[in-house]
Amino acid sequence: MNRIVSYIKSLFLLELLAGLWLTAKYFVKPKYTMQYPMEKIPKSNRFRGLHALRRYANGEERCIACKLCEAVCPALAITIDSEPRADGQRRTTRYDIDLFKCIFCGFCEESCPVDSIVETDIHEYHFEKRGENILTKQKLLALGDRYEAEIAKSREQDAAFR
Amino acid sequence: MSAQPVNPNTPPDHVNIEIDGKPMFAPKGSMIIHAADKAGIPIPRFCYHDKLAIAANCRMCLVEVEKSPKPMPACATPVMEGMKVQTKSAKALNSQRNVMEFLLINHPLDCPICDQGGECELQDVSMGYGRSVSRFVERKRSVADEDIGPLIATEMTRCIQCTRCVRFVGEVAGTYELGGLSRGENLEIGTYIGKTIESEIGGNIIDVCPVGALTNKVFRFRARAWELVARDGIGWHDALGSNLWLHTRRGEVLRTVPRDNEAINECWLSDRDRYSHQGLYADDRAQQPMVKRNGGWVEITWDQALALVAEKLKGVPGDQIGVLVHPATSTEEGHLVAQIAKGLGSRNLDHRLRQLDFADDASGFGFATPVADIEKVGAAWLVGANLRHELPLVNHRLRKAAKRGAKVYALGAVDVDSNYDFAGSIVAAPHALVDAALKLAKAAGDLPAELAALANGIDVDDAARATIKALSDASASIVVFGEAAAMHPQASILRAAARFVAKATDSGYNEVPLGANALGLAAVGVLPQGGLDAQAMLRDPRKAYVVYGAEAPFDFADGGLAMTSLARAETVIAFDAYASEQLRAIATLILPIAALPETDATLTNLNGIVQTVAAGAKAPGEARPGWKVLRAVGAKLGVAGFEFTEIAEVRAQFAGKSTNAHANGKVAGRGKAEGLARIVTVPIYRSDATLRRSAALQAHPLTQGGRVALHPEDALALGLADGAVAKVSGPAGTATLPVAVTRAVPRGGAWIEAAYTETAALPAYGAALSISKA
Repeated sequence: MNRIVSYIKSLFLLELLAGLWLTAKYFVKPKYTMQYPMEKIPKSNRFRGLHALRRYANGEERCIACKLCEAVCPALAITIDSEPRADGQRRTTRYDIDLFKCIFCGFCEESCPVDSIVETDIHEYHFEKRGENILTKQKLLALGDRYEAEIAKSREQDAAFR
Repeated sequence: MSAQPVNPNTPPDHVNIEIDGKPMFAPKGSMIIHAADKAGIPIPRFCYHDKLAIAANCRMCLVEVEKSPKPMPACATPVMEGMKVQTKSAKALNSQRNVMEFLLINHPLDCPICDQGGECELQDVSMGYGRSVSRFVERKRSVADEDIGPLIATEMTRCIQCTRCVRFVGEVAGTYELGGLSRGENLEIGTYIGKTIESEIGGNIIDVCPVGALTNKVFRFRARAWELVARDGIGWHDALGSNLWLHTRRGEVLRTVPRDNEAINECWLSDRDRYSHQGLYADDRAQQPMVKRNGGWVEITWDQALALVAEKLKGVPGDQIGVLVHPATSTEEGHLVAQIAKGLGSRNLDHRLRQLDFADDASGFGFATPVADIEKVGAAWLVGANLRHELPLVNHRLRKAAKRGAKVYALGAVDVDSNYDFAGSIVAAPHALVDAALKLAKAAGDLPAELAALANGIDVDDAARATIKALSDASASIVVFGEAAAMHPQASILRAAARFVAKATDSGYNEVPLGANALGLAAVGVLPQGGLDAQAMLRDPRKAYVVYGAEAPFDFADGGLAMTSLARAETVIAFDAYASEQLRAIATLILPIAALPETDATLTNLNGIVQTVAAGAKAPGEARPGWKVLRAVGAKLGVAGFEFTEIAEVRAQFAGKSTNAHANGKVAGRGKAEGLARIVTVPIYRSDATLRRSAALQAHPLTQGGRVALHPEDALALGLADGAVAKVSGPAGTATLPVAVTRAVPRGGAWIEAAYTETAALPAYGAALSISKA
């Protein structure tokens, strides 16, 4: 019986026609391909991209050097040194994220008690020299300053679900 | 309940109890928490501490006791025959949860910025026994902070009033510097007047504090408990050899905490051992071998440095080489230095740098009485010993004995500030001190010939007889020969007198070793091998010196003499962790070595306990562990026995050598009393190079700075008032120092502490000084 069915299938090229039918359907369907970087897919507000350190509205950095992010980081990508600042407050003197190690899991952001370390939706960046993969405190704060509006907006969107 | 034990196997004076259904014995009168701790049954607690009195004020340890209507605090409920305790019943857990809620009412939720976060008893217990949410919405109380000095940071809002710190400073430190102020919700722990905690073991309140109210100021905000690697270490600033943990991160020591050892330091640590690590990271750490060329210092490589050592030492005849070793050098290094000295043909080798009197050539004396037994003695005689500063934790043991009624008699050149009452105290100027010691010896029995001659014309008085009687009557008694006595210009007479008294009264003879490893170094022969002792080597200058770890002028009995003799030498090869100004002035070659916590080391403590630890931290720059440097030097010089590669092979070379206390029985001649004689003590936080560089300890009130303390009558005769500035001059140098007028100093003495830059030029202990208004 099986032999007869396969004989008929091959005689009338049924499998070939079925394939061509699928091709014909996709031929008339709208295209999925995005012309990156001219075109971009919309991103979730929970997208986990490049890191940033935020500040309060008065310009004071949020980070209090509690080191929970350093502790929770599964890739050991974060290195923090801290000491009392001149006014006696607990602050970091070094906050490095090694982007080669980072796996963008977002645990640092989850663990932060003051919403200081965040992952922005920036995913387009590159390094030209060895060493540029380390995001220093200055770089992270600069990122935070530059994208504060976007960061605040996406946190606000997500606030209801936290 | 019946008085008779039900179980025939119950040891006498024990009762049968049951905790969580587990039957056990407990000694009569002990508390439930002791039995539970022994059986490994966890009971949460805050105010209870094994070494402190029971306060029962936190109520965290509430447990259910059968037939008791209310839950009972396990720390303050004595066990009784047939008692049945439930620690995990609904009633017990409910009480604990409610107590936890009360404790958290006023405790701030600032764990992310609190240094105790991650090692906090309150955090741990609230995770285990508390609620997951807070129902308290009212305002929390806040408490103003006090500045209690450079060592301890306070955040009193976090305090839960367990009073462990109050009990510690009262019961253990004996200074009563902390207390509770106000009542009820307003209770605040503080010093009342905002003063610095001046106790020499005050840092322990950081460890006993269950929350983040009292934290380590030097360590403040620097790291989290979970980042630190704990490596075992040994205290290297006194000969007790306290066991400690070095908490390191990336090879850097960030803090030091005690490691329990009942036989040595119990669970405490002196501030000296706790905070010295700050000095390891001083700016003048030697990081590269350096040689002096045309008056300037040039950094060179190790290869060049080793070649230079060989070149410079080989040309010098052996008896023209003097080798001076710091008494806190590890036994391995000491052994290798001794081998190299032998290879070079030098018999001038010594570690007793702070001693002036070598008439009896005494070495290797330590404590005959085990430290743990000191708390059981009935009487003690302290000869020139300020134990509080010389051995803080031994002093704590003696204080325990004194609290139980032991009679402690003191004889010294300065009336020391003790934290217990002396039964008798004699303060005498340096020359009179010898007479006072001989008087006591005379009261003890027939003096041996060499002392009898000196004691002629000394009459025994009642005070001396009372001391001797107390020592002979006590079931156990000790004589402690202190640091200040060992540095005395007639130390041999004092030592002979003290040893005679100890023998005559059947007391243990205990001598405070001058340095953390003086006993270990004596065992491996870092002593004159028929050559010159430390003092003679400097008085009779050599052409070349090897200075191992010692910092001139501070580590020497006569700093001025050390500086001149070393500066005059053709070659001074310094193995040192620090390249200080003074060292640069006198040395010709500096070889950077690792400090003690950065090297594998064996140390022998005052009881002869040999302790070995591995390196706990990384040495900076090109600095290398001393034993490795010495190995290379020894091989370069072609000395036999330097073919090893492992430290175990060095240890095998000196294995079996033990310390023999030795004195030749001779004594020095009696000094002459003329003018004001200098009295020398070494300040607690100036006793070695690392301590002198610990900024926190240098800011502590026990580091008073160079000053001259005079008896009121002497001061009046000189026309000097308290706070005035005086010009002090001796044969070698002059210093301008502030004056303190105090009755702690005897007439005829001028107490000028050593190891300060200002006092370095002044002559040694016992020398006559001329003092005038500046």
